[in-house]
Amino acid sequence: MSDNAILTTALVILGLPLLSYVLTFFFGRMLPRKGDFIGVSFMGAAWILAIRIFICFWKIGDPAYRVEASFTWVDLGSLHLDAGMLVDGMTSVMLMVVTTVSFLVHLYSTGYMHGDRRYERFFAFLGFFTFSMLGIVLSNNLFFLYVFWELVGLSSYLLIGFFFHKHSAANANKKAFLTNRVGDYGFWLGILTFFTVCGTLNYFELFAHVHAGTISGHLLAWAGVGLFMGCVGKSAQIPLHIWLPDAMEGPTPVSALIHAATMVAAGVYMVARLSPLFGATAMLVILYVGAITAFVAATIALVKTDFKRVLAFSTLSQLGYMVMSLGAGDSVNAMFHLTTHAMFKGLLFLTAGSVIHAVHSQEITDMGGLRKKMPITFWTFMIGTLALSGVPGFSGFFSKDGILGSALAFGMTDGHYIPFILGIAAALLTPFYMFRLTFRAFFGKPADQERFDHAHESPWTMTVPLIVLAILSIFVSGFKTADKGWFSKFAVPYDVPAIAAEFHLEASGGHEDVALADEHAAPAHEEPAGEGHETAVSGAEHAEAGHGGHHDVRHTAHIRAMFMSILMVILGIGGAWWVYFMHKVDPSRIQARMSGLYTVLQGQYFFDEFYAATVYRATLWWAAVCAAFDRYVIDGIVNGTGYLTRMMSWASGLFDHYVVDGAVNGVAVALQGAGEGFRRLQTGRVQTYLVYTSASVLVLIVVYKVL
Amino acid sequence: MGEHILSWMTFFPVIGAAVIAFIPSERKEIIKTVAAAAAAVPLILAVQLFVNFDRGTAAFQFVEHYTWIKSFNIEYYMGIDGLSVPMVLLTALLSFLCIIASWNISKATKGYFALFLILEAAMIGVFCALDFFLFYLFWELMLLPMYFLIGIWGGPRREYAAIKFFLYTLAGSVLMLLAMIAFYLNVQDPNTGGHTFNMLFMMDQANHSAWLKATDIRHLLWLGLFIGFAIKVPIFPFHTWLPDAHVEAPTAVSVILAGVLLKMGTYGLLRISYPILPDAAVWFSFTLAIFGAINILYGAYCAMAQTDMKKLVAYSSISHMGYVLLGMSAMTSAGINGAVLQMFNHGTITAMMFLCVGVIYDRAHHREINGFGGLGLQMPLYTSVFSFALFAAIGLPGLSGFVSEAMIFIGVFPVYRTVAIISALGIIIGAAYVLWMLQRVFLGPKNEKYDDLPDISGREMFTLVPIGILVLLLGIYPMPVLDLMKVSLNNLIKVVAG
Amino acid sequence: MNVGLPHFLTVGAILFALGLFAVMSRRNAIGILMGVELMLNASNINFVAFSRYVEHAVDGQIMAAFVIVLAAAEAAVALAIVLAMYRNFGTANADVVQSLKR
Repeated sequence: MSDNAILTTALVILGLPLLSYVLTFFFGRMLPRKGDFIGVSFMGAAWILAIRIFICFWKIGDPAYRVEASFTWVDLGSLHLDAGMLVDGMTSVMLMVVTTVSFLVHLYSTGYMHGDRRYERFFAFLGFFTFSMLGIVLSNNLFFLYVFWELVGLSSYLLIGFFFHKHSAANANKKAFLTNRVGDYGFWLGILTFFTVCGTLNYFELFAHVHAGTISGHLLAWAGVGLFMGCVGKSAQIPLHIWLPDAMEGPTPVSALIHAATMVAAGVYMVARLSPLFGATAMLVILYVGAITAFVAATIALVKTDFKRVLAFSTLSQLGYMVMSLGAGDSVNAMFHLTTHAMFKGLLFLTAGSVIHAVHSQEITDMGGLRKKMPITFWTFMIGTLALSGVPGFSGFFSKDGILGSALAFGMTDGHYIPFILGIAAALLTPFYMFRLTFRAFFGKPADQERFDHAHESPWTMTVPLIVLAILSIFVSGFKTADKGWFSKFAVPYDVPAIAAEFHLEASGGHEDVALADEHAAPAHEEPAGEGHETAVSGAEHAEAGHGGHHDVRHTAHIRAMFMSILMVILGIGGAWWVYFMHKVDPSRIQARMSGLYTVLQGQYFFDEFYAATVYRATLWWAAVCAAFDRYVIDGIVNGTGYLTRMMSWASGLFDHYVVDGAVNGVAVALQGAGEGFRRLQTGRVQTYLVYTSASVLVLIVVYKVL
Repeated sequence: MGEHILSWMTFFPVIGAAVIAFIPSERKEIIKTVAAAAAAVPLILAVQLFVNFDRGTAAFQFVEHYTWIKSFNIEYYMGIDGLSVPMVLLTALLSFLCIIASWNISKATKGYFALFLILEAAMIGVFCALDFFLFYLFWELMLLPMYFLIGIWGGPRREYAAIKFFLYTLAGSVLMLLAMIAFYLNVQDPNTGGHTFNMLFMMDQANHSAWLKATDIRHLLWLGLFIGFAIKVPIFPFHTWLPDAHVEAPTAVSVILAGVLLKMGTYGLLRISYPILPDAAVWFSFTLAIFGAINILYGAYCAMAQTDMKKLVAYSSISHMGYVLLGMSAMTSAGINGAVLQMFNHGTITAMMFLCVGVIYDRAHHREINGFGGLGLQMPLYTSVFSFALFAAIGLPGLSGFVSEAMIFIGVFPVYRTVAIISALGIIIGAAYVLWMLQRVFLGPKNEKYDDLPDISGREMFTLVPIGILVLLLGIYPMPVLDLMKVSLNNLIKVVAG
Repeated sequence: MNVGLPHFLTVGAILFALGLFAVMSRRNAIGILMGVELMLNASNINFVAFSRYVEHAVDGQIMAAFVIVLAAAEAAVALAIVLAMYRNFGTANADVVQSLKR
């Protein structure tokens, strides 16, 4: 395939789900079967095209080979924003992952969602999600990554809230969107920082800029943490993980596609794709966040009884693994685990859907003994569980082992052992909670006979995806670790110096950026000298160093980690078998003995309660304060001014009425009174007048005579 | 019409109003048809304008220049550039759609439509006037129909709202009037040597008298103009007329109020304050950025606490106008282009939101957010349309609001980083209040009380769909509008920031 | 006792005062007319007296003749008015007749 053909094919892959969305959304109701065949067939076509691209890159066999095309989206003379596509090995793997799971979920949904009143909407939204997710995968710059990042957020919102007539679903989708927005806030600021300093958002140009030291020091650290916040939100890392368990309110195919296999992995993909942009400080943050998430989520999964919630916390834990791997500088294994996890976790969720479809309950306390009723579901579930637990031979083993090895290697070189310890502890917990689930749901006696009697195996549209995913869960690893198997043809750490040379940007030492110099005060002495040299030591080069200089350490670490993780798997499965299959220990007694711990775990470490008591309350309180301030103070001043003006006019009115007008009226009144008096004189009798005249004459005479 | 296209756009609605005056008031259908036709003409002309506008020059186009009142050197001087074209297009589009949206007005139909057309004329006039006196005339002319439209056809507290609106804006106009007279007396017409109201002469610093060149005076004049325009925007703390006016005004009037009238404040700043007093603009820019940040966050928080849908949308307008101020303060290409694009986008998006609120108000006769619930099942089409508008409002990529907000942040981040970081919190809070409202109104179990509410009607869709398409297209590819304005605005930046 | 001008004037003054009193006090129109006649005659006495006692003054007598003629004419007109008044109002009382007053 030529470069152009690759790009065109990728564009068609991107366009197909969008077309499916448009057709199903606007015309679905008029079509037979409400147009579900559009979604399924279009996704099937996209899948085949993705396979084509995948094979093409297999043949090329060069992980550094990339095809890129951009056009100017916004051009303001001084501001250019480009839109563009990037296809390389990593992209082709992600295209495969997304289209495979999406196609299978589409197919599965024709059975699972059958008879829903908003059936066509469901397929439309699935199409829209697939489009957005492929957009993330295919984008070649941060701006459009952010665009599609938000769009998957929207489709997640729409699909979590698909059963929006339930309050819980309506709460969950709002929570998911807002929690993601918090992460996106940091993501956006990180993007702005990179754009402001480097003047570009193209991935590879940014790598070159980082290498050349255009951006360095605190700015790089903060920008990296900002970008990582986006990952924390989307990949549901602590402390923004709270939305993912609630997101299980969505239909189960959605949980499989979005909240297990693809969208939640977008954060991991983003950090892996941009690994050279993260400085040492950011990497350390990533490492610890991932490790803590991996462990904490696994502990919660121990006590949950909701089938989907156990899987949700397991997803959190596995995402924590991937993020931990990113933090340890091993983005390749993160991507590898992303790929394997997409297969087996997608499978697990789809089997969960199959079970829920059969027993109409999500509580494992309502299940039991389903093994005989639903053989296909059971066996595929078993494969998924084994893969997730990291049983040797299954795909999860190779990818998880790689991650733990990298974490240990990082500990051995840099002294940070805690992440590895947390990781290995989670590796013990994972098989335990998964087999607890298996034994309670599929083995033993039915807890609810009536539900059990109605249970039945699902139709072929639902079991075929299970079987396909089960096969992939076994074979996707190629029975080799990432650096030895097929995956090494598709993803290796970036060769940053070569990329920099491509853009004619050579390392020039860590000079402070000039663009932000006015406002930004970053004195160099803030960080201790030992760790302060955060120039171009990025994750990829980190890993590069791991490959080269510390090869022995790495090798030793991998061997040790492998043995430890196998031991953990045995212990975990054995423990679960002992407690939940042999019933040698009554779990309720453990629960009673450690009631405090149990309460904390059951309460999911009370993150929700904490946020409810602090963030939510503070926000609502502050909103109320603002509104009250607006109403009573600002508007009060306005109305007060109005009132004052009215009062003044009233006072001046009084003055006018009584003083000014009073004087005028007073004259009138006086004149009127005088008139009244004089009127008396005028009797109309001539004789009276004569009297007056005579009297006046007399008076005149007297006056004249006397004076 | 090609010759005097701006005059035709401005005065055709007046002709329509005059015709309506002669139609007997009980012939309501004829009145409405005439009004729609009279508003359609400026829309058609606006399309012509859009096609024929020369995107390559910063000069004013479609100029009409006549002497009007000789003794005071007042001219009839109309013309548009990249800053005014989007506003004129927006006004023509929204006015027409609002007349369609007002089809249900039964009280004093004749007066309503006549006033509405006069309002449209005044609005287009403001955006086209290049003579300060003419500008002021249209500016004041706008108030009267608005006052009556709120005061007569409004809600229960309409008199209070109308008077508050009128007095508040009038107070702002007085300051503007003083500044205008100061300019008139201190700007010399280079051809005749006399006083002038010509804005282009005012923009040329060489024409300023010695008195006008003094820094203190310039700052004082800037502040006068700023307060005058700030009331219109409205900028905190001059904003409280807005929620009241919106809540009381009939739907279509709210649309015009939020969609067009608010833009006049920022338009005035960019058309008058920036080019005439560029040094004062630079002096004030950081304060302006702070005002922008306050508007964004304060508006958003206030919106969160509202329980009246219309009030919520009104406060969200305050929040969104904050982005415009923020973008303007940066004085970078991305910032100012983003700000003007945001003015346009906010006009369309907020219009959709107000029209949607009007739809539910027409049916349920209240707007209490907590009084609804589960409308998503009862009115699916309406829910889709309203959600579309709401997601556009919270800056979802692919819809136009995102493009302008992103450009504003790109523009302001290098200049005022801290302010930008704080303002960006608005994207979280904005999403919070919108989604919370969405949940309370549309999601949740179905409310039996509204079992018989019909879904959105064809006429209502007719008013919403064109705006929706515009929002979507500009979200996917914003260049058609950016192309209109970028040359003029980049020139403006050159004038202001050197 | 030598009768001189003061005596005549005194009689005239008394007569005038009586006439004036009659005009002012009488309610009957005829009475008022009679008072007017008295006052005219009082002035006649004065005219004649001055004509007798002042040198080369004949005009006093002429004036007296004029006054007598005027008084006759006045009496004729006034009595005609009184008659018309009596006919219209049924009385000669001047106070009752006041239709012009309002």
